[in-house]
Amino acid sequence: MTEARKEYEIIIVGGGPAGLAAGLYAARARRTTLLIERKGAGGQIALTAAVENYPGFDNINGFDLAQAMHQQAEKYGMETAYGDVSAIAQEDGRHVLRTTDGDEYVAKAVILSSGADYVRLDVPGEERLTGYGVSYCATCDAAFFKDQVVAVVGGGDAAMDEGLFVARYASKLYMIHRRDQLRASAILQERAFAQPKMEFVWNTVVEEVLGGDAVTGVRVRNVVTGEVSTLDVGAVFVFIGLTPNTAYLRGTLRMDEGGHIYVNEWMETEVPGLFAAGDIRVNSARQVVSAAGDGATAAIRADHYITDHFGKHPATVSAGAERL
Amino acid sequence: MAKPYEVTDANFENEVLKAATPVLVDFWAPWCGPCRMVAPVVEELSTEYDGKVKFVKLNTDDNIQTATKYGIRSIPTLLVFKSGEPVGQIIGFRPKSDLKKRLDTVLQPSS
Repeated sequence: MTEARKEYEIIIVGGGPAGLAAGLYAARARRTTLLIERKGAGGQIALTAAVENYPGFDNINGFDLAQAMHQQAEKYGMETAYGDVSAIAQEDGRHVLRTTDGDEYVAKAVILSSGADYVRLDVPGEERLTGYGVSYCATCDAAFFKDQVVAVVGGGDAAMDEGLFVARYASKLYMIHRRDQLRASAILQERAFAQPKMEFVWNTVVEEVLGGDAVTGVRVRNVVTGEVSTLDVGAVFVFIGLTPNTAYLRGTLRMDEGGHIYVNEWMETEVPGLFAAGDIRVNSARQVVSAAGDGATAAIRADHYITDHFGKHPATVSAGAERL
Repeated sequence: MAKPYEVTDANFENEVLKAATPVLVDFWAPWCGPCRMVAPVVEELSTEYDGKVKFVKLNTDDNIQTATKYGIRSIPTLLVFKSGEPVGQIIGFRPKSDLKKRLDTVLQPSS
């Protein structure tokens, strides 16, 4: 269903905290602004039961926070379209975005904020049993394992945070981590160690998820001793890290080995008018607050960029408008 | 334009299993962020497939019996029923284009 190209001054790709903050700032700069979101606004925080480290909010549900950000940006005029951006190209100093549905958009500046996705274990049984006991979202699935023994894999903030949520339902949790200490922030470590349902299984990796129609256990290996054993569990919650959603940009932009985009302190990539903000950029702190800060920075710079390259605001958006 | 309405353990048989048209059931719960994210997408689909498919939602917190019967262990899960039988399943939050493709496949008479 290819339609005519839709033109905006600023287009934002990805509706997590970075993109939503960028949308707020872009719309308040009175730029015509479109957010293109693949699934639904929120990104990773929408999976989180409680955000406790966004300044000003002692404890807010992740989805509620995302929804508030989205509504705030739309209140100032940001539009939202649902689609999966598959390619970005430069044409006459503008950016052309194409989605997998065949829609085309043109913008003077683009802010990429497509975030990161969870890393899978990449072991036998995992894919087959996803949705049948293998989970990447505690708030989605924990309640289905009430009074059961489950495993949580990972040693960072997400593993502890989500593990503590799972502990509301499960009778016992094996906390499986490949190292002998956690990476999680001190406050989450304190809470995890104080949770009597959690049993830490150190220096251990999951080698296989076991089960026919549903998860019945995991085969694990101690990386120090080499010993292999089986833990009987009804579910495996996996939180072993994040990988940036930048596959659609490969070959377009310079990235590090992990697929993070290089930007300067203004969130500018090496392509003029193309910005990257939040978890997809190099050296991101991977926090809601830092992602939002990135988005604001990118939008402010994009506003200036448009003024510098396309003339004084308000710019005319008519097709064939004279470029400077 | 029919907005997806809530079904329960009590009326699942009448509303879903005995329905004349195919039925898409959105299994969800209030604390599940992705479920709340998928809701507006399902709502859009319910408009696009109006008359062809009936759209309902089931709260898995309040209706454990039905969720257990169909082996739901992850939400959001979308189940499509035809003549009382589940014929298609989508687990997790997928983009709208994926949902449409899947729904079209399931709706083909010979599938």
